Amino acid sequence: MDRSPSKLSFQTDWQYAPAPESIDHVRVNERYDLFIDGEFVAPAAGGYFDTINPASEKVLARVAQADATDVERAVQAASRAYQDVWSGMKPAERGKYIYRIARALQERAREFAVIESLDGGKPIRESRDIDIPLSSAHFFYYAGWADKLEYAFPGRRAKPLGVAAQIVPWNFPLLMAAWKIAPALACGNTVVLKPAETTPLTALKLAELMQDVGLPPGVVNILTGAGATGAALVAHPGIAKVAFTGSTEVGRLIQKSLAGTDKRYTLELGGKAANIIFADAAIDQAVEGIINGIFFNQGHVCCAGSRLLVQESVADEVISKLKDRMETLIVGDPLDKNTDIGAINSAQQLATIESYLAMGRAEGAQLYQTSASLPEQGYWCRPTLFTGVSQSNRVVQEEIFGPVLAIQTFRTAAEALDKANNTPYGLSGGVWTDKGAKIFKLTQGIRAGVIWANTFNKFDPTAPFGGYKESGVGREGGLHGLTPYVELG
Amino acid sequence: MADVAKRDLRAATESDGDGIAARGEGAARRLPVAKTYKLYIGGQFPRTESGRYYAFQLTDGTLANICRASRKDFREAVAAARAAWGGWAGASPYLRGQIFYRIAEMLEGRSAQFVAELMSEGVTKRRAQTEVAASIDRLVYYAGWADKYQQVFSAVNPVNSSHFNFSMLEPTGVVAVIAPAAPGLLGLVSNLAPAMVGGNTGVLLAARAHPLSSMSFAEVLHSADVPAGVVNVLTGFADELTEHFASHMDVNAIVYCDGDADRARQVQTLAANNIKRVISRVGVAWNRSGGQSPYLIADTQETKTTWHPIGW
Repeated sequence: MDRSPSKLSFQTDWQYAPAPESIDHVRVNERYDLFIDGEFVAPAAGGYFDTINPASEKVLARVAQADATDVERAVQAASRAYQDVWSGMKPAERGKYIYRIARALQERAREFAVIESLDGGKPIRESRDIDIPLSSAHFFYYAGWADKLEYAFPGRRAKPLGVAAQIVPWNFPLLMAAWKIAPALACGNTVVLKPAETTPLTALKLAELMQDVGLPPGVVNILTGAGATGAALVAHPGIAKVAFTGSTEVGRLIQKSLAGTDKRYTLELGGKAANIIFADAAIDQAVEGIINGIFFNQGHVCCAGSRLLVQESVADEVISKLKDRMETLIVGDPLDKNTDIGAINSAQQLATIESYLAMGRAEGAQLYQTSASLPEQGYWCRPTLFTGVSQSNRVVQEEIFGPVLAIQTFRTAAEALDKANNTPYGLSGGVWTDKGAKIFKLTQGIRAGVIWANTFNKFDPTAPFGGYKESGVGREGGLHGLTPYVELG
Repeated sequence: MADVAKRDLRAATESDGDGIAARGEGAARRLPVAKTYKLYIGGQFPRTESGRYYAFQLTDGTLANICRASRKDFREAVAAARAAWGGWAGASPYLRGQIFYRIAEMLEGRSAQFVAELMSEGVTKRRAQTEVAASIDRLVYYAGWADKYQQVFSAVNPVNSSHFNFSMLEPTGVVAVIAPAAPGLLGLVSNLAPAMVGGNTGVLLAARAHPLSSMSFAEVLHSADVPAGVVNVLTGFADELTEHFASHMDVNAIVYCDGDADRARQVQTLAANNIKRVISRVGVAWNRSGGQSPYLIADTQETKTTWHPIGW
């Protein structure tokens, strides 16, 4: 059969007019203090740092730099709240507080979405339709568990742990905070949360929201700062549990630093997911899946489908169609509703991505980028492909965390599985085929915690998420996401 | 060699039931055949590659030379466990359950031997009998879980989109187990069973003071159709081998049951090299009902969530 590459045509006479989301309703303070014991308080050492808009490089706000003294205060506040209020509260009442958070977040959703895009660079379409609604849904889901824990652990009694130290990354700032705070509170724990240095604003807005809904002081405390703040928090003897989402490198450091303590931990770390396309797949749908897999959120996604494994017989067709589709992607203003790919989160991350682009070429891979025009200010990266890579190339083995896809081919399903599993990671994977039996064979065979069959990058509060191997320990989301926050008696 | 000869000689001269022969009136007296205790790696019983041994004094005063396994033995065992993993993880739960039941059958049939070996290791007769019986029952308990824990711990997740979404357990991979110092047989069985019945393969370090019962248990495994490499048993020193158990990059989880804060720190620090799952079972009373639980199976399982669209 002739399967010469056919082209997808997106030709149209219509041009996209700018469609910016309005920001006049959004309230961002010039300066934010630390949220401790229900109050915003100045940092002990008096230090503040800038958080900038990566699309304009302009300062959005000054944010407090928490040090060990502030960590001490926050952990003490959380401990008091745990002892005096939260752990002993009737579970149904605890649940009602969490429902309130979910509701208030829905009511203020657009403000949160705009701030998320301003601070992190992600397209408003994603922050509006995914990040914020899912954050609210997480609170709503776990609120309902608060008074039903005896049904989650057959034969056991679940008790809370104490104070949870939670450190979240910059790629889904509010959503990751919700993933961590909601189950912790539902199980009766209190929280000290540290948002990422480059994206602190929605967590601070969440702190305001928690004041407004009347959450008892100290139940949730939010400390802004960099790695040293997180390290001080993890090391504090008053915490019972650490929940971290971030790189495998930092996760390893945290696991080591907790050695010899009784602190529990969950780690959601890096990934290098294979997205496997078989010749019998619905190719045009698969192309959409590849696009969503790697270019969603600028590729700043731990479970991104950053490796394409395409069956040899359709490789030319898939790559050709993929390039056609990539060419339509609009890179630019995150607040424009037409934007597909927003700003790279920080200058530092852009430098990391660019170092991998250079590395890939040096390893002998062929680099392809679209002709998308880029704004003059800000941090940007065009949608990028690497072909001609081998399994041992660093752009195949290592997490780039940008809009960069490495493409390999395979002949047999067994070869696809071997290649898919041949990295230290195991967070996610994708399979595209029209054959049901093959889907189950492949989804069983991929050593990863989340597998998408004929879809990609789907998330839900009821669906557990987390990695195998060096992609982490423990699960967040769903019934299984309760386990890290309880002691089973 | 001298030790072995001495042991055999003494065993022979002190053997009961045939005092006439021992006194010897020219009649040929039968010399009992003493067993050489070796390692169990990849379905075979090799000596340690290191050639090292530790002298183990039996309660009757005789000495046994026990293999003092090396780092290289451990690495061989991990390679065997990894090679066996695909077949064992892919075996049906019904088959795994039957094999575990078969292990129990084999142990039941050899109860007397295990009671005698535990007594040789210093356990009183009554305790030894209780321990062997409990070990058999524990194997039956886990045999029954083989095709049930999945139903208890899995979930169909009602996602807010048109997808069929479910989460189920899969074995973590290769598990390294440092058996508790005591009880020798029951502690080994209690930590082996929940990991292996769940489809993991592994390497176990037997309690230093219980090499006879541990290595004889390997023979029980071997005769119960446990595929080669699924379980590998080493004898040796935890002080020496813990470092390697915890740091090996192709081991996915480590289980330990003894030790102070320093040992815990060592295990957890080295485990972080490849984000191993660290399962501490310090202080578990293995002879009580708390020594068995489906949650111990879940310790060495990973939850996999699968999304599938629902549509035309």
